[in-house]
Amino acid sequence: MWIVELPPFLVFYLGAFLVLIPHVKLRAASMLVIPVLGAVQLYLLPEQQRLEETFLGMSLNPVRVDRLSTLFGFAFNLAAFIAILYAFHIRDRMQQVAGLLYAGSAIGAVFAGDLLTLFVFWEMLAFSSVFLIWAKRTSRAYVIGLRYLVIHATSGLILLVGALLYWQSHGTLIFDFIGLDGIYGWLILLAVGIKCGFPLFHNWLTEAYPEATPTGTVFLSAFTTKAAVYMLARAYPGTEMLVYIGATMTCFPIFFAVIENDLRRVLAYSMINQIGFMVCGIGIGTALAINGAVAHAFNDIIFKGLLFMAMGAVLTMTGRINGSDLGGLYKSMPKTTALCIVGAASISAFPLFSGFVSKSMIMSAAIKEGYDFIWVALLFASAGVFHHAGIKIPYFAFFAHDSGIRTQEPPRGMLLAMTVAATLCILIGVFPGVLYSHLPFEMNYSPYDMTHVLAQTQLLFFSALAFVWLNLIRLYPPELPSVNIDVEWIYRKLLPDIGKSLLVPFRLVNVRLVNVRLRGIPSFFNTLSMLSDLYPWRSFSSTSGTAILCVVVAFAVLISLGLVS
Amino acid sequence: MGDNRSGLDDPRTVRNILRVFYVICAGLFLLDFIVTRDIEHHLESWPAFYAVFGFVGCVVLVFAAKWMRVLLMRDENYYEDQLDDQLDDQPSLQENENVDR
Repeated sequence: MWIVELPPFLVFYLGAFLVLIPHVKLRAASMLVIPVLGAVQLYLLPEQQRLEETFLGMSLNPVRVDRLSTLFGFAFNLAAFIAILYAFHIRDRMQQVAGLLYAGSAIGAVFAGDLLTLFVFWEMLAFSSVFLIWAKRTSRAYVIGLRYLVIHATSGLILLVGALLYWQSHGTLIFDFIGLDGIYGWLILLAVGIKCGFPLFHNWLTEAYPEATPTGTVFLSAFTTKAAVYMLARAYPGTEMLVYIGATMTCFPIFFAVIENDLRRVLAYSMINQIGFMVCGIGIGTALAINGAVAHAFNDIIFKGLLFMAMGAVLTMTGRINGSDLGGLYKSMPKTTALCIVGAASISAFPLFSGFVSKSMIMSAAIKEGYDFIWVALLFASAGVFHHAGIKIPYFAFFAHDSGIRTQEPPRGMLLAMTVAATLCILIGVFPGVLYSHLPFEMNYSPYDMTHVLAQTQLLFFSALAFVWLNLIRLYPPELPSVNIDVEWIYRKLLPDIGKSLLVPFRLVNVRLVNVRLRGIPSFFNTLSMLSDLYPWRSFSSTSGTAILCVVVAFAVLISLGLVS
Repeated sequence: MGDNRSGLDDPRTVRNILRVFYVICAGLFLLDFIVTRDIEHHLESWPAFYAVFGFVGCVVLVFAAKWMRVLLMRDENYYEDQLDDQLDDQPSLQENENVDR
């Protein structure tokens, strides 16, 4: 069948043309078919297939099919289906195109068998997803999107340099285990780390995800970080450093999440925490740990998507997302409340919900390999995630004090998408065998024994007890309209301030030039000012132009360094 | 007052829900002394290890986070001032250009 011959991402890229359909509902419905087609194609793809191409004398491998890439491929098709269903009421063609290209790029990235193909999709992930942030069409979203783009373009650049160095030393671009042997290993790890939200590089996530449109964030939450997790699982399994990075990622965001007011930002922090579990599992590197990490990535796509969908529904219907403004919504949005609680139970890893069956694998692997302190850290993070994502999100949005907001349930597409995700959370939790049988390694593991279930239930109930107790004695920190500074402070405040003070002399020069111009001396400044009359485009071209120039210069320097070494 | 409130607005309902919750917690705590579990780690052999860990862990988490607020919390528009500056630059330049012609 011809469809099987096509690279899997192409279904989505071609599907983006469906936005030309003028009829709104027909367009949305036909977009829903794309991930279904994608899943069918994946099902029919013969395993171990490799598509070989030659480009400039390099043998490339744009499609590589094995158990790991297929599982991520299915997860991304599923996520795309849920997100498109959630966005069924959207008429904005920009978001629709961006969503499809973004999902396609993620699928392209996980099937890429060589580093050059990977680089192309790595950049496409950034360039397509940024439009989901810009789709909000506010000046704030515009600036934040730009910063997002610069960070991701930089990550792509580092990946490209790493790939070239890898090619130089190995004579091939085949993408498989890389490890930390050469400088290329570190560079590629850094590139992946930025997309994965490693500590110090995590603020693009907490900044951009709460800023995208309600439907855009659901797309964003599924693809970029999970594609990065896939890369780690492929190229760095068993790298011990990842255990410590992962454990750090599980622990530090929960503190920020407890005091954060914007509920979608709470979820963004909690996402770093969940990715931390996966990174840790990949670092441990045993079959059980890798399986746990991959299964957790699969589950996280669904339950984190569900939580972002619930918060997106709240934002769509009330126009608010700060914990300090919300409360009491269970009265007017009972279905959304129930679905959100299913997501909260899943992320908290309650027995019979999806998070439990995957997270317990990583925890068991940590004990088995003798990572005692790491295990304690993961346990603390598990209690913490329940505290901020499991209780805080539903409590402050739907219960707490009644904010007086009366609204109604979100559009049917949104409800349906959340129902699909919630059903999957429970099904995977109750019947984990289906997911287990598709994991990269064969294993014989059952999460449902007395020990695990009792331990996890105790941990969660007593975490909840702490929440209740702190609330009753009024020691729980109230939701306050505020901003908490994080690493981003360096590039959002410190560096701009330094830059501004350095620029003062130049500003004076600028004023003089303007004065010169005013005296009527014809110069090219006049032409420039005429050209720049298109105000918004001028601001776009100057800021992004500078960013692109920086990237190109850095690229040139790195390439020449690479050639010299 | 209490009569026209329903559901979770009624303090009595909340109190009853909490009572059920406390009973479950107590039950889970006691279960630890009845059930013999397979132990993978020596810490697990401590009585009610997970219960104590969950409770203490969360209290520590919340207090640490409250303390972090002292250091890290800023006004809601903390970064927006920066953003306004950036966006303000544009109209002011445009004004210059208008003067120009």
